Formats: sequence, C-alpha cells, structure tokens
Amino acid sequence: MDSFIFFALLQDGITTGAIYLLLAIGLLITFSVTRVIFVPQGDLLAFGALTAASLQSGHVPGTLWLLDGFSVLALVMSRNWLAWGVYPLVLTAAAWFLAPLEQPAISILLALAIVTPMGPLIWRLAFRPVADASVLSLLIVSMALHFVIIGMGLVFFGPEEARVPAITDTSFDLGQLNISGQSLCVLGSCVVLVAGLRWFFNATMHGKALRAAASDRLGARLVGIDANATGALAFGLAAFIAALAGVLIGAVTPLSYDAGFDIGLKGFVAAIMGGLVSYPLAAAGAVLVGVLESLGSFWASAYREVIVFTLLIPVLVWLSLRAGSGEERA
Amino acid sequence: MKMRLMAAAAVAGMLAATGIAQAQIKIGAIMSISGPGAAMGVGYKGAFELFPSEIAGQKVEYIIRDDATDASTGYAIAQKMISEDHVDAIIGPSLTATDAAVAPLANQAKVPMLAMAPYEYDPQKQPYTFNDAQPLSLIVAKVFSYMKARGVKDIGYIGFADGWGDQVLAATRQSAATDNIKILTDERYARTDTTCEAQALKLISAHPQAIMMGNSATPAALPVVALRRLGYKGPIYGNHGIVSPAFIKVGGAAVNGVIAATSPVVVADQLPDSDPIKPVATKFVKDYMAKFPGQGVGPFAGYSFDAFLLLQAAIPPALKAGKPGTEAFRVALRDALENTHALVGVSGVYDMSPTNHNGQDSRAAVLVEVKDGAWKAIQ
Repeated sequence: MDSFIFFALLQDGITTGAIYLLLAIGLLITFSVTRVIFVPQGDLLAFGALTAASLQSGHVPGTLWLLDGFSVLALVMSRNWLAWGVYPLVLTAAAWFLAPLEQPAISILLALAIVTPMGPLIWRLAFRPVADASVLSLLIVSMALHFVIIGMGLVFFGPEEARVPAITDTSFDLGQLNISGQSLCVLGSCVVLVAGLRWFFNATMHGKALRAAASDRLGARLVGIDANATGALAFGLAAFIAALAGVLIGAVTPLSYDAGFDIGLKGFVAAIMGGLVSYPLAAAGAVLVGVLESLGSFWASAYREVIVFTLLIPVLVWLSLRAGSGEERA
Repeated sequence: MKMRLMAAAAVAGMLAATGIAQAQIKIGAIMSISGPGAAMGVGYKGAFELFPSEIAGQKVEYIIRDDATDASTGYAIAQKMISEDHVDAIIGPSLTATDAAVAPLANQAKVPMLAMAPYEYDPQKQPYTFNDAQPLSLIVAKVFSYMKARGVKDIGYIGFADGWGDQVLAATRQSAATDNIKILTDERYARTDTTCEAQALKLISAHPQAIMMGNSATPAALPVVALRRLGYKGPIYGNHGIVSPAFIKVGGAAVNGVIAATSPVVVADQLPDSDPIKPVATKFVKDYMAKFPGQGVGPFAGYSFDAFLLLQAAIPPALKAGKPGTEAFRVALRDALENTHALVGVSGVYDMSPTNHNGQDSRAAVLVEVKDGAWKAIQ
C-alpha cells in the first residue's frame, strides 16, 4: 500500500466517519435526555435523502402526508395549534407550490423542514406516553418504530434508489489525491453543526435546559425544567441531524428506503465508544469506525462488517468493568 | 325458504358438474408482485394479460397469486394451489429461494412447474421442475467469450457480500478456468453501502485488464462510479442483473461502456435478422407495449411468456393421455415438456432432455453495452 492509496482511504474513511459522527451526536442527545436509544434515526436519514430526491423530481413526497397525519394525531393529544396545526399547513402549501420548481436548494431545505418535525412528533406519539418505562422497554418501542417507519418508506418511495441533487460537483486535486467538493461539504457541515451545537448548549436557555435534563432528570424537574419540552427538543435535534446527514450522504451515493439502518448502526457503535455520554469520545469513535471500515474494505472487503462490529466487544467489556454492577439510572 | 335453498344448492351442484364435464385446464402462477421484488413482479404479471383463454380447444383458467417476495408465503400458496385448486401446472415462482421451497411440493404431487428464476437442480431427482430463465453460468460464459476475444488475460472481481455475489463468483471461476483467464482479486461490498472507494482502490492496485461485477440493480452502479472516478480505464463487465434503465439513471455518465449479457427480449429490435428469436420477441414486445403503453419490457415479462409458450406446445400431446385435472394429464404434460424441441421463445431457444430441463443455449444471452444513456446490443 503506497501513500496515495493510504491517503485516499483516509479521505474516504473520514467522510463516512463524519456522517457516523452526526448520527452519534443525535443518538447521544436523545439518550442522555430521554434514555431512548433512537433506532429509527437512521431511517429518518433515508427519509431526508429520499424526500429531497422526490421533491427534486417535482413530486410532493409521501413523507409530507405522514407529517400531516402525525400532526393531526398530536393535535388531538395536545392541542398545540401552532406546532401541529399551522406549521404542517404552511409547509404542505409551500411544498405544493415549490416542488414543481425542482430547485436543488429549495428541495433540500424543504426536506429538512419536513423531516425535522418528525422527531418531536415521534416523541409525542410514541415515547412520551411511556417516558418513565425502563431503558429496555424504550428500546423495544424504538425497534418497533424502526420497522413501522421502514415499511412506510417502502410505500412512499418504492424499492428503487434515488440520488439527492449535489450541492456542488466540483472537485480538485491535492497532489495525486482527488478531493470531491461534496466530501468537503460533508466535513464542513459537520464542523458547523458541532460548533453550532456547542454554542446552543453553552449559551442558550434551551440548550442549558437540555444539559440539565441530561445530567440529572429529577433535579432538572425540581428546578422547573419541563421534561416533555426537553424531550421534544432532543428528538427535534436528532431528526434534524439525521435529515441533514441524509441530504449530505444522499448526494454522494444513491440511497434506498432501507439504507439508513446500517448507517445508524455504525453511528451507534461510535456513540457506544463514547460510553453513550461523551461527545468527544463519540467523535473519535466515529472517525475510527469510518477509517477502519475504509481500511477493512481494502484489506478484506468480505469481512469489513465483522471488523467494525468486533470493535464493539472490547469497548463493551471495558465499559461494563468500569461501571461495576447494576448501575442503571432511573 | 328451505325449498329455495335446496334449489339453489341443486343448481350450484349442476353447475359444478358441468364444470367438470368441460374439464378446463388450470394453471397456477406464483410471483413476487409486492415486496422488495415488486419492480420485477410488474413484468412477470403483465405478460399474463396477453395469454389466450383457450389452448387446443380447452378453456384455460389462470390462478395468479402474489408471494410478497417471501419463500414461506410462496410455499403456502403452492400447497393451496395443489390441494384445493387442483392446478395442472404451476408457472413460477419468480424467485430462486421460493423455487427451492416449492419444487419438492410440486414433484411430490406430480405437478409440472416452470420456475422463472435461475435455479440449479437435478432433473433426475426433481423430474417435474423446469426452468426458463438463463442459468447464471450461461450468462457469465457469454461475457467471458467476449472478454477472451478482446484478449483479456486477467480480471478483478467485485460483487455483493451475499448469496448473489457468491453465485456470480462461482460462475466466474468456472468460466475463467475454461477461458484461461486469471482472477486477481475478489472484493465485496453490501447492497446498502454508501461508499465503495476502498474496494475500487484495491481493484486498481491489482492492475487487472478488466473488471467483472457480481452485483445487480441500482447498487451495481456504485463500484463503477468509484472506479471511473479513481481513473480506472479498463473495460467493466457485469451480469444480467444490472441491465435496466435504472442502473444508467443512477450511474450517469460513469457507466458508459459497461458491458453485460442479458435476455434477447430486452433488445428485441436490435437483434440481427438471422436470429430466430427476433420475430417472436419483437411481436411480443409490440403486443406488450400496446397493452401497457409507456412501460419498458424487461426480461421478466419474457420469462412468463416463455413459460406460457412451453405449456402451449406441451398441452396438445398431453390431452391425448388424459383429461385436465387428472394425474395422467399432468404426467403426460411433464413428458411433453421434457420432449420440447427447438421451441423458439423470447428469452432463448429451448431444447429439453431428461438431463436438461432448461434447454437454452448461447442464443439465450445477448451482449449489451451502455451507449449514450441506453443499453445497446453489441453486433
């Protein structure tokens, strides 16, 4: 392996690692605030990509009707007219008029606007009623949701793959290495998002409330932080991140309705490396998974998944040794 | 009230009796119309709209069922067709896994079945199973004969990390051995992968003269795009699984020049005039397009149509041996299918024998190339 191949693999690994990093962040936010392991996050990634692709071909995507349906249910449950009444109506009208324009930027923004509210809606409809259940019960609900969402994905988008319009198709040479503009876009978005989240968590009231809820749920409630609002906010962030990852990766490679789960799983591996609490460790884990996957594909492509998931075992052993026994936070 | 019921029952009984007297032929069809295989199912099912309701003066009833791309559902449907509907023959199933599940059932009940997916079996052990889809080895051998003529001495292989990737590799090894071509490297990726860069780098660093792909549908475009982006200049070959407009749509300009072998019906109008399949296939395509305007004709509609042609030719001699609905008829139908000789279909020319229940030869595969955004036959 010469240095050219090594750097090409490194570039490829870091680009995919950045996507895993985004998903790992989403998983960490939802888990630390609500104790839900948000399995369908990967499916929302596919929703984001396919919604953008569908808008780009001039169609009104099925996910919009799903959003409307969910909103009606949420409206019945909580009467939040602004969030579940006005917003979906405005968005539906906007999509109806803007989809035929087939403008890449508009398609991508609309896709983000459609998929992001699915996070709070999923929280409101599926998790809030059982918010105090055990981590295991929440995981089971999460798994069930994954199958529901994947089934709807097949109905909305069919079995074919689709490609999101690329934000840029330029590429430039760095020595021997050809770097595509799109992979820089992925990295750039990742950096902007991480910086934005850092500012959000440190400087805004909502962000501080999320941190408080994450560090001590009961204590946060005692000082008057609304657990339901923080839950909805956490899911909204996770859904936005997933949709963003979707439109980014969907421009590099065509995605099908069921492609999200595998990506989500790799993000989960990265989040586990951070012990499901540490963002910097999860970030390092995500890049490690991406690069390892790339190197693994080069050396022994048939065993690549084995290599990536075997990585989990020592981490889990170390985590359980360190944690001792029976330390589940209520 | 009671009288009326009894009268109704009597009428129903009489109707049933006349039904038996008329003895219509029942043909069951098991296809994956919904589920992940739905894209292919459209073609498999569409062809049935073209079939006549009468063969050799006998009424024919087609019982079409959807197995939802699931082998166990397909098995249950076959069971019901055999024990309740008493079908005389089964067309399908349309998936290899479902074929394998249904075959023992059909053989036990002595119901001839015409599998429509590439399916390897022993005609001696499963005498009632026939198959009208090109075996993978036939398709790959066609591609290799072209490679050899072009002077290719070594290839790199890239395929799915699943059963399909293994099957194509097995066929590739077989053809490579006969044509004296070396396989330098075997790379794998998953259908749902988002990047194939590393495998492409590995392939390029092995310096093969050509690349053979063991993948299918739109995910097959992924390695082609990566290879071309990284500057690979050699020819890229594939199997019939990639020959669809969707592959070109997803791959864009990068897939220009990709070569594969496929069923003749796909490029019916481009076949040379000397090809006996051309008139049959062009007529079928014309009829199909008239029925479904705007839809392209893939290989799958052709497999349904050939299954029908095979049965249509086998039914007249079988009728001499017994009435439809009887075992004598089904046994004779099987014997007649096995005696099929030089039957020209739209997917190939069939010459069956007790040891070969597929009967296709190299005419069942046509070489095609992506040119200017479409699949074109190589003359």
